[in-house]
Amino acid sequence: MAAFIRDRKVVSDPWLRLERNDDGSLPPVPRAGDIIVPLAMWQAQRDSLLVRPGRIGVWLDSHEAPEAIAEDLRLLGVVAVNFPKSGDGRGYTTARLLRERYGWKGELRAIGDVLRDQLFFLSSCGFNAFVLRAGEDPREALAAFGELSEAYQASVERPEPLFRRR
Amino acid sequence: MYRYDEIDQKLVDERVAQYRDQTRRFLAGALSEDDFRPLRLRNGLYIQRHAPMLRVAIPYGLLSSRQLRTLAHVARKWDRGYGHFSTRQNLQFNWPKLEDVPDILAELATVQMHAIQTSGNCVRNITTDHLAGVARDEIVDSFVWCELLRQWSTFHPEFSYLPRKFKIAVNGAAVDRAATYLHDIGLHAVRDARGETGFRVIVGGGMGRTPILGHVIREFLPWPHFLTYIEAVLRVYNRYGRRDNIHKARIKILVKALTPARFREEVEAEWAHLKDGPSTLTGSEVRRVERRFTRPAYERLPGDDAGYAARLASDRAFAAWAGRNVHAHKMPGYAAVTLSLKKTGVPPGDATAGQMDAVADLAERYSQGELRLSHEQNLILADVRQAELRALWDDAKALGLATPNVGLLTNLIACPGGDFCSLANAKTIPVAQAIQERFDRLDYLHDIGELDLNLSGCMNSCGHHHVGHIGILGVDKNGEEWYQISIGGNQGLTRPGAPAALGKVIGPSFARADVPGVIERLIEVYLERRDSEEERFVDVVWRIGVEPFKERVYGGVHQRPESRQRSLAAA
Repeated sequence: MAAFIRDRKVVSDPWLRLERNDDGSLPPVPRAGDIIVPLAMWQAQRDSLLVRPGRIGVWLDSHEAPEAIAEDLRLLGVVAVNFPKSGDGRGYTTARLLRERYGWKGELRAIGDVLRDQLFFLSSCGFNAFVLRAGEDPREALAAFGELSEAYQASVERPEPLFRRR
Repeated sequence: MYRYDEIDQKLVDERVAQYRDQTRRFLAGALSEDDFRPLRLRNGLYIQRHAPMLRVAIPYGLLSSRQLRTLAHVARKWDRGYGHFSTRQNLQFNWPKLEDVPDILAELATVQMHAIQTSGNCVRNITTDHLAGVARDEIVDSFVWCELLRQWSTFHPEFSYLPRKFKIAVNGAAVDRAATYLHDIGLHAVRDARGETGFRVIVGGGMGRTPILGHVIREFLPWPHFLTYIEAVLRVYNRYGRRDNIHKARIKILVKALTPARFREEVEAEWAHLKDGPSTLTGSEVRRVERRFTRPAYERLPGDDAGYAARLASDRAFAAWAGRNVHAHKMPGYAAVTLSLKKTGVPPGDATAGQMDAVADLAERYSQGELRLSHEQNLILADVRQAELRALWDDAKALGLATPNVGLLTNLIACPGGDFCSLANAKTIPVAQAIQERFDRLDYLHDIGELDLNLSGCMNSCGHHHVGHIGILGVDKNGEEWYQISIGGNQGLTRPGAPAALGKVIGPSFARADVPGVIERLIEVYLERRDSEEERFVDVVWRIGVEPFKERVYGGVHQRPESRQRSLAAA
């Protein structure tokens, strides 16, 4: 089990993430255990996924809309959002919508090209779990959360903008 | 000036520390060049042709004497003794060392300055009218709204990795001096029938390789919704803007692809969720920001200064300067003054450390210790008593800052071009100089009258060539530098009946040596065809079209410019 950051602690990850095969087809589903599946798998195999032993999470790619799972959130144990490149910022909006509009209270994890220098913004937008890019040291990255002590804007972490708190 | 409170200061200081650590990790090899690039860019650091280039934000172009002296100090200590004022109300240092940048930023932070978001795919420095707060046609003081936006956009967690850079301009007066139709978002203050303040929201304008005028998506946005509506626009853009092709990633491409009407529907649907939410502005916040601005202490003066009027009548050179570089002020007996950074022979927008210090002194002596940077790359003293204009003129002349050319051809806008910028296809500085030399005769220049000549070294259009009455664009043809010329552009509703417009290319491009001659021929056509001195170059282009100009430059009875040049040289 790989180490990752959840709620600003480095912990081990009980979830297995499934990815599409290179040809775009869906991989086999393990019999048991907690799995995070691609949106396409969730949409295609929802009923069978729900009856198998183990919890289910869904991951959205950067172009996939949170609306696609908004109705299903109560069935999920985790939601993940992929950042194919660290500069692809759609996931920040996806996170805010999941938290602020669709009421997701559970674990929201950033996956993919996730780097230390994005953690502050990711966390402001509602991510509380982070699987860093391979090779990044999660322990060292923890310092990034505290680099800025305030924010002007309303966000998931700070529902009131600074001007209402000043 | 907006004066930081403790939180504003702390955030800037924390960014310096954060950037220092990012630089340290890069130099130690813990951050790759690819991973460091977006981090340094969003802090204004480019790697340029000769050295890194650091772009310092001058939020909405407003600057204090103290800040300008610090910029001069930075130029001396870490650069080569000068800086370049850009068209986006920023200051660029062309020769800093990458490892010195954290120290430079720490120095800037001591005078409430920074380089935050001066580059990168995020919301950039907010720009506005350089006569904000003093113009007679003011609707709101746009500085206040710009500062509200500065704070809102600084480290915005959701919009820090947009598809592409994002530029917002605010105009607070009746006339548009902020080019609001040429920004990703343009906000133009308006009052409704009941006298309530709001903003016309214009989206999707811009220059670059796909020049396009913005579309009004809301005629009247009541001011409390200022931030939530902009947030809705940015959210739609962040979700749906293209990310597969850097040249198609600006919001203008999205607006065009969806159509402005559909784009508006998307924004309104998103806004329905955000409207009246916590980011809705309050009167007390607007007043708080207003109060944190220093306010000029105006004397009560009876009206126009008699001595000033007399000097205008008796001193022709002074009157010529005042006619171009002195601007009307909302307070009786006061004026705003442009100090020109467009002296022939000096790259447009460049200022030496000595000039910066001297201008800081002038601002203190004549204009309450504050000044502005205009998008035309000049410096403005906004609150000068008319009675002191003569003394100011003398001082400005001694510093080489009194070229009486505001609004005239030689006040040309130019980006740094191929001498400095690694993106450029062609040099701009020698072209600017050659044109300035060709039109150096003041009488002739004044006879030609108002003419915006804008020059960019590449399609990125930092020199705003699309909206020059005459625009010049450097292009690369098989490794050689050529220049394409367009006419009929206009930056915005700077006078009634003259809206923002994009220039039309007149034809194939020219070699560098031919450019001044081509400009001269365009001017000849104008002088022959204008119906009065009131009709400007651009008005004639709009009235008679591009053809007569084309004809003169390329064909008919006249020889092609190159051959004419050669025959002159031979003669």
